[in-house]
Amino acid sequence: MFPETPAQASSRVDAAIPVRAGAGLKPEHISEILETKADVGFFEVHAENYMGAGGPPHRQLEEIRKDYPLSLHGVGLSIGGETSLDKEHLQRLAALNKRYEPGLFSEHLAWSTHDVTYFNDLLPVPYDQPTLDRVCDHIDEVQEFVGRRMLLENPSTYVAFEQSTMSELEFLKEIARRTGCGLLLDVNNVHVSCTNHERSAEAYLSEFPMQEVGEIHLGGHAPDVDDADRPLLIDAHDREVDEAVWALYEQVIQHVGPIPTLIEWDNDVPTWPVLLSEAKAADQVLRRNADPDIRHAS
Amino acid sequence: MRAPISFPRTGTSEFGRALLDPEAGTPAGLIGPDGLNAPKRFSVYRNNVIVSLREALEHTFPAIKALLGEEYFSALARAFVLQHPPKSPVLIWYGAEFADFIEAFPPLEAYSYLADVARVEWDWLQAYHAKDAAPMDPALLGQTDPDCVGRVRFVRHPAARLVASSWPIWDLVRVNRFETDNAIEIDLNRSQAVLITRPDLDVDLYLLRPGGDVFLNALFEGVTLGDAAAKAQAQRQEFSLSDCLSDCLSSGAFTGLQNDG
Repeated sequence: MFPETPAQASSRVDAAIPVRAGAGLKPEHISEILETKADVGFFEVHAENYMGAGGPPHRQLEEIRKDYPLSLHGVGLSIGGETSLDKEHLQRLAALNKRYEPGLFSEHLAWSTHDVTYFNDLLPVPYDQPTLDRVCDHIDEVQEFVGRRMLLENPSTYVAFEQSTMSELEFLKEIARRTGCGLLLDVNNVHVSCTNHERSAEAYLSEFPMQEVGEIHLGGHAPDVDDADRPLLIDAHDREVDEAVWALYEQVIQHVGPIPTLIEWDNDVPTWPVLLSEAKAADQVLRRNADPDIRHAS
Repeated sequence: MRAPISFPRTGTSEFGRALLDPEAGTPAGLIGPDGLNAPKRFSVYRNNVIVSLREALEHTFPAIKALLGEEYFSALARAFVLQHPPKSPVLIWYGAEFADFIEAFPPLEAYSYLADVARVEWDWLQAYHAKDAAPMDPALLGQTDPDCVGRVRFVRHPAARLVASSWPIWDLVRVNRFETDNAIEIDLNRSQAVLITRPDLDVDLYLLRPGGDVFLNALFEGVTLGDAAAKAQAQRQEFSLSDCLSDCLSSGAFTGLQNDG
């Protein structure tokens, strides 16, 4: 489907994602990143933005991939969907994995497609047995088709389902146990969801299966209120990481040691130096807690 | 057998329908922390869907947005999203029906150039993401046996697109998108045809000379050079084969030649 690119492959840096901070790649930053040889651990891209046949997006990503390891993050597979996975989309994901050799490959615990309609949002799933079985089947299918382990990201949610019979944590742990997939811990999503559902983020994180976490996400959220004027946080990725999220992140890293960490900023995208400074702040947390004696001390 | 306690089950079918139907209420079984149905919480999802897809359309159709103004574009995009939600998670392919939608949108009936402007913008996006290919070396044609030149067929470049209109779409697209700082006088009595190419990284737009659209369209359809020129000549007296051919070759509209056996 895509042109073969063996020539580039040999001149690339190693695929493995270092235990450092990375940044979400935005087209408007690319020339500055390449010119300044920006000091970040890795870049992450939304897979769907690179599913065209050719043109500038692929040319730019090839350039980035020469100098940086890459994390491939899907936003449209609809793993939580009731309808079966889109086979053509799976093929496109497999092709991108082959072409760019990303060190990590992740998707979301969410749905976005019903029948053929794609809603372009990460929609919530009920935490019950039929949904668990379906999500596990879908993850098995993805991992088999793409031929690698994937990471599944915990969601930001605004509503709960009355029909849910288990907690989000039980649901995620069972998915990881049954499918062998890893987890992408989005600390902002934890803060957003726990605030929205009036639960303790600290308690959630203390029970999170950290041994399965291959990557952490940090991003900004927008404050709002719900029907009864209770705080409602929106996972907007449109600003700096919130102080409360930095504090939770530091607790996680202190507890389990450094984990590759990505700064997401997808809307109202800032200049590159602003995004870079957020990544450097995450790098500082990782460095502060890099002492091997502390790691996994719990 | 005891009856299991049953909560309302909220399927993705019902959830999805409610997302795209402003009249639909909040699906049963979606609750806030107090256990009560939460319309405002649900509306966050509804808003995310509409706004993110509107932004995708804004990204693809900036000249249409400039022509209509932000508020009108926003309302038009919303109407389009509700009637034509994406059928693929790859949003670089979203908006294929937008030009036809505009054409059939009764309140915009008096502005029939809009649809063709949207067609140029859609084709610009397709050219941007098209498969990469090296354009044909213009010298290749000169190496062809002069007796055979008329029977030559061209191989269309994967990025090459043609939009012919009875409106001045070249001027409208330039002034509303690519050259917004330039004062370009728009004469709505003019008809223009635009060739879009991407020989390497940059998408290029060219205004075709008289008859150039007929000529190029024939070449894209695989008609021989001789027949395409005759067709263009028959429709437009002022058609100049040498000028049009030279434009097409230098713009990178083709990847090579196909000689007839």
